[in-house]
Amino acid sequence: MTTSPHAAHQPDTAAAETDDVLRIRKAGKRFRSGWALRDLTLTVRRGSITALLGPNGAGKTTLLRAVSGLLDLTEGTVSFNGRQVSSTGTPERISFLAQDKPLYRRSTVADMLQIARHLNVRWDAALARRLCDEAELNQRARVGALSGGQRSRLALAIAFARRPELLLLDEPLADLDPLARLEVQQTLLSTVAEQGTTVVLSSHILGEIEHVCSDLAVITDGRVSLRGETDEVIDGHTLLIGPGSEPAALQWIPREQLVEVRRTPRQTAVLLEGPAPLPPPGWSAERPSLDEIVIAQLRRSRGTAVAGLSDLDSAPTREAS
Amino acid sequence: MSVIEFRIDRRSGTPPYLQIVDQVQQALLLGRLREGGRLPPAREVVAVTPINPNTVLKAYRELEHLGLAEGRVGAGTFITRSTARPQVDPRGELGVALGDWLRAASAAGLSRQEIETWLGAALDDVFTPAAPAPPSGSASNNLGRTR
Repeated sequence: MTTSPHAAHQPDTAAAETDDVLRIRKAGKRFRSGWALRDLTLTVRRGSITALLGPNGAGKTTLLRAVSGLLDLTEGTVSFNGRQVSSTGTPERISFLAQDKPLYRRSTVADMLQIARHLNVRWDAALARRLCDEAELNQRARVGALSGGQRSRLALAIAFARRPELLLLDEPLADLDPLARLEVQQTLLSTVAEQGTTVVLSSHILGEIEHVCSDLAVITDGRVSLRGETDEVIDGHTLLIGPGSEPAALQWIPREQLVEVRRTPRQTAVLLEGPAPLPPPGWSAERPSLDEIVIAQLRRSRGTAVAGLSDLDSAPTREAS
Repeated sequence: MSVIEFRIDRRSGTPPYLQIVDQVQQALLLGRLREGGRLPPAREVVAVTPINPNTVLKAYRELEHLGLAEGRVGAGTFITRSTARPQVDPRGELGVALGDWLRAASAAGLSRQEIETWLGAALDDVFTPAAPAPPSGSASNNLGRTR
């Protein structure tokens, strides 16, 4: 069990520890309505910011609740720092911030902080105070009267004051206006840089968190359909752009690498996994954005891209024979 | 207050850490950063620009690798080599000539994009004979030329 201080206050020189803080093995969760998680395996590197991406209902919240010790898995295990997590309660070194930000709306900010202090064994009052001051929260204001962004920052202050090693955030930016989104990200990232916290956050959109997460896992139908370090995921794909073409003209595309084909009368865009073959004249290779990759992979796992694929596959074979 | 604030263009094809490296190099060239100057710690950068703190550290390591900066344990990352060129001065002879030329081009009705294209071609003419292959990311230009 490591309790090293992550070289706090020296983020510039902090050597990244490379061990896994969280290991999820073959996790499955069945509700009465069916399987919410199925055979889901995922590890989270210490010091990473990992994004769980996927459509609503993909199982992200269920996974976060299992990691927080708020529900029992039907199958598989979750271990945090080598110790198995069960539904007997959230481990002391984990903070979980649910999407609905469970705060007492009729309490004042000061009372809310007092309550949280009594509910938690570990409590860094100075940190909570500083984060509230930075958010310019009036200690006497009622929680229910705060703006969405301020409420998020109060909830973040409470989550950080537990001094967690692992911070779990369920849709932390949903329902916030653009300025509040920026401010919540700024608070989150600067505190993470200072404290060395590992973060797992869920989001149904990628958008502005693209450059925030070092790692990502795309979750569809309770499974991980794509995962890796953000840079490696991008480097592992190539986008080829060429003229609008008949399916027969696309035979050079290696089918086993194909993720998605988008065709318009004047342009064809082909997203491939792995190193790209040398495309014919008139085509160019580009670095895809993470957005493009994730959306294409989501479509593929949902089977929507198959239409484009079968188009491609049936037409050329007919021409070739 | 930091002497330099990084701007990350999400739509750019350039990875964020290289955008930081480019911006530090630009600040060095223009003299906004000088030898001995301290780069803002990751915490300060991400408190303004929402990117992963490790991206900042990766950029600083790249600057160390380029021999432009040095990390000092517990103190931060410092500029070790100033690349400021006295010639690069908007009010100097070259700067005034460049400003005059750009304004003349604009007055003649050329758009910013057209001027950039022209400048790019003119730069190629002057530097291409001895220049190595263009960096990655310009693959489309490559293809355009070989056709």
